[in-house]
Formats: sequence, C-alpha cells, structure tokens
Amino acid sequence: MTQHAAILPILIPFAAALLQLAAKGYGISAQRTIGLIGALLGVLAAVWLLQLADAGSVLVYALGDWQAPFGIVLAVDRLAAMMTLLTALLSASALLYASAGFDERGRHFHPLFQLQVFGLQGAFLTGDLFNLFVFFEVMLLASYVLLAHGGGLARTRAGLAYVALNLAGSALFLIALGLLYGTLGTLNLADVAQRLQAPEIDAALARLACALLVAVFALKAALLPLSFWLPHAYAAAGAPVAALFVIMTKVGIVSILRVQAIAFAPAGATADLLGLAPLALATVLFAALGALAAPRLRDLTAWLVLGSAGTLLVAPAFPQAMVSAAALYYLLQSTFVAATLFLLAEAVGVRRGALADALHSGPAFHAPWLALAFLLVAASAAGMPPFAGFLGKLMLLSALRDSDLAAAIWFVLLLAGLLMMLALARGGARLFWARKPDLPPVAAPALNWRRATAIALLAAPAVLLALFARPVSDYAARAAAQLHDPQAYIAAVLGAEHADIQRETRP
Amino acid sequence: MEALLASAIGILSACGIFLILRARTFSLVLGLTLLSYAVNMFLFASGRLQMDAPPLIRNGAIYTDPLPQALVLTAIVIGFGMTAYLVMLALRALAESGDDHVDAKGKL
Repeated sequence: MTQHAAILPILIPFAAALLQLAAKGYGISAQRTIGLIGALLGVLAAVWLLQLADAGSVLVYALGDWQAPFGIVLAVDRLAAMMTLLTALLSASALLYASAGFDERGRHFHPLFQLQVFGLQGAFLTGDLFNLFVFFEVMLLASYVLLAHGGGLARTRAGLAYVALNLAGSALFLIALGLLYGTLGTLNLADVAQRLQAPEIDAALARLACALLVAVFALKAALLPLSFWLPHAYAAAGAPVAALFVIMTKVGIVSILRVQAIAFAPAGATADLLGLAPLALATVLFAALGALAAPRLRDLTAWLVLGSAGTLLVAPAFPQAMVSAAALYYLLQSTFVAATLFLLAEAVGVRRGALADALHSGPAFHAPWLALAFLLVAASAAGMPPFAGFLGKLMLLSALRDSDLAAAIWFVLLLAGLLMMLALARGGARLFWARKPDLPPVAAPALNWRRATAIALLAAPAVLLALFARPVSDYAARAAAQLHDPQAYIAAVLGAEHADIQRETRP
Repeated sequence: MEALLASAIGILSACGIFLILRARTFSLVLGLTLLSYAVNMFLFASGRLQMDAPPLIRNGAIYTDPLPQALVLTAIVIGFGMTAYLVMLALRALAESGDDHVDAKGKL
C-alpha cells in the first residue's frame, strides 16, 4: 500500500469527480457530501505522503510499472509533498465555502472543482515534462469553466481573454517540448538533466527550448510582461474559485524552481535565469501600484496575489538552498492569506448591499469576527510582525543579503510592502470604519457555519505559521536542500545504472 | 520534404499569430486553431521525418519514432476540447454583449 501513496492525491479527486457525475440525479447535497469526503481524504493522503517524503528519499511511482525514462513516473520529494498538502488544505476550505450556496449558481461546479484539484496535484507530483503539460491542461480546462461559473458579462469577458492567452501559452509549451524532444530525445525531467550534459547535443537549440519552457511557466506565474491577465481574471472569478486560483500562480513558480534545480543546475545552464530577478522586482512594484489603485477588495487581493508571485519569482535567479527555503515558507503564508482575503471580500460584500466590496464608505453592519479575520490576514499580507508574512519576508530578505542585487531587492520589497500596507489599511478603514449612519442597514443573512469555518481555517495559518515557524521553516529548509541535490533525484528516478541506458543516435 | 514541412509550419504560425492579434473573437478562434495545427506538425517533426516507415521496432527494418505520434494525438485531443470551449465562450460573450469584439462593453 505504501508504494501507492504517491498516486493517491491524484486518484482521490478524480474518483470524486466521477462519482459526483454519477450521483448527479441525487441532487446537489449528494455531490457536496462526496466532494467534502473527497477533500478530507485528500488532506489525509497528503499528510501521509508528507510523512513518507520527509524520510528523505525521493518516492518514485512508475505508472504501469514502465521504468523511467521509457514510462511516465511520479516523483515525490519534500517540495512536491508540501505543495500537495497545501493544495489539499486550500481546496478543502474553498469547497466548504462554496458548498454554502455558491455551487448552486451554475451547473457541474463540484465535478469541475475536483478535476481542477486533480490537475493541480498531478502537476506538483509528476516527474515527466509532457505529463506536466497534460496536468496543466486538465487544471486549466477546469479553471476556464470555473472562472465563468455564476455567469455575467464580466466573467465571460475575463474568461475569453484568460482562455485565449492560455491557449497561446499551451502552444508555446508544446513548441518547447518538441524542441526538447528533438534535441535530447527524452522528456523525463531526470533524463533531461542527464542529456543536457551530453557533449553531442545541439546546445543552442536545447538552451532555446529551456528558455521557452521558463517563459511558459512565467506566464502561469504572471511575471511582469506576461502578467496583465491576472488581476482581471482573478477579480472576476467567484470568491471560492478565486481562492482556489491562488495556488495556480504557485504551480508556475514551483515548476520554474524544479526545472532550474533538477535539470538546468547540473548542466550549469542557470545563468539565463538571472534575468528573471529584475523582471520579478518590476512585477512587485507594478502589483503594489495596482493595489493602491484597486477600487474593490477583490481587485486589491488580486494585486496582492501578483505581488507575492513577483516576490517568489526573485528566488529562481539565486539557486541557493537558503533562498529557496525562505521562498517556500513565504509561498505557504501568501497562499493562505490571499485565499482568505478573497473569501472575506464576498462575506463583507453581502453585508453592504449594492456597494458590495467597493472600497467606499457604506451602510453600517455588525461583523466583528470578519473584521478580526481581515485585521489578521491584512497584517500578515503587509508583512507586519508578529505574523507569518513578516517572518517570510524577513527570511527572504536575509537569505538574499549577500547576492549581487541585494540593495535593489531590499529597496523594492520593502517599498512594495509599505505601499501594500497603505492600500490594505485604507481599504480596511473604508470597509469597516467609514460608515454612513443615514443609510439603512442591509438585511444580510447570518454568517453560515460553513463559510465561517472556511474563513477561520484559511485565516488561522497566518497565526499558526508564525507560532510554529521553527518546524515549518525547518521542513522548508530540508525541502530546499533536497531540491538542490539533483543527483539524488536523478538516481531515484533513473536507477543507479542510468549511465548504461541504451540510446539510438539520430540524424 | 524538410523545406516543405518547415515552410508549412512557418506560414501556418504566421497566419495564426496575425489572426490572434485581431480583436474579434471569430478571428481569434481561427488564429488559435491555425497555431495549434502548426504546433502539431512541429511536434511531429521532432521525431525526424521518415517516409514509408511504420512506428514499430523490428529487427533491422527502418521505423519511425512512435513517441511524437502519441504526443501529437494527445495535443490534438486537448486542443480540440479547448477550442470547442472557446467557441462556446465566444458565443456567450456575443449573446450577452451583442458584439464580437473581445473588449465589448455590452449593454450592461
């Protein structure tokens, strides 16, 4: 059974989606029950996988028992296990929130949600680049439909731009894969790492393929010239969908980290990635300015997602375990914080009538718990002590202290932090304090227990990640150390005798 | 053979990119379709071009690389599904706003 642990986080949401389609005739409550049970099982499977991966060796699962590099493998190291658990926790909370009524605003919400989780988990666990493409597409296809869930012209238009851009991105991904296969003759990540060092390959073509691959991941992660789609699409999506989408930029970032550490680093081909750092800093500044200009809380949160993506994209330019470890800790907290803010934007919005979550003074409402949750996550997002956001930023800044760009990185990250704090403080004050007493209060339903639990579950990590910062950052450090030891990964995937794999010479 | 394939891929992608940059949903869909044709042919060529050879490995006989064929098949299926969804989305945008411009403001 232990050997099948690697595929469980992928199989559980897939099985749940199929069961939900079969149970369509029994009404939405049957689908909700299946979805929530699936989400719970997914969390348990991810926790188990994390324990197995933390033993230190890379777990390799050969699908159909076809050995790498001929078959497709799943490879689970500490980084993959951590991202699996993060996805499972985030999706369970978002699903709980959605099952309080959002899922009834359109058709097929539940199966699509599970398929998106299926794609996300697969993208984190796979060790094969073409398989990564397939899981990306599964994730994207589900996200296209989820983005449009709930209807309205704003969502349709945002969806049209998002789909068109990602289709062009998929075409670029396929070109990169074709180039890689044409030059290296393999698409298995560990084998690509081996072949990149071979003397007989066409180095220029291989380098071009790697650059295209990074460009595609940068599009998913929203690096500056490729990031204009993000605020538009995320702000248009429904609250629980937007909360789940927060993890999608992280897929791009983790993919860049992984191909850089496993495939490019052994071949000494990481110099090209240095160009990412200025672009990432520009993304952070752009996001901070966008946050200042955001008219609604959900727009502000979308800009925050972009800002945290920019901050994280600084890390791949500096391939050191310490930088990656700090980035992984920052990634955890920024995901939870942004997801909470998306849910809060809706929960507060329904209490303000037609104004919704627009950042203007509106009718008085009584929601002390929502205000407290907002204070917690906003302080963490702005990087205020003693919350997790502060610790994450501190680790990242101190890890980058000795790099060539240290002065620029410190200046931009701290300035952007200040601007984000201003935007959040102004937004929070207008939402919760600046009330117009002459306006009649809006008759809003009491906070449903599902929504309250989901918001509490997502807001808690802002405090918990700070309280348990030592074990979490130790785990992140172990994950980063394992990530930057590609030889162990390659040996686990290809076996000890990988030098003896017979290859055909091609024209 | 190589020149023919290469120019076909080049012309298809050039037309595709030109159509994608137009701001109407119909030409956008057409452009993405042409681009995906170009990409599929490119993927096919990554296994080297072979005439009259089966994708089966037999002793001594010439064969063509079967892997790009499998990749192309997967890419075609995914691209087909995506394009179908994009067409539906474009139709919905047209129905809701009465305009097939990608930035149509609509009647709101």
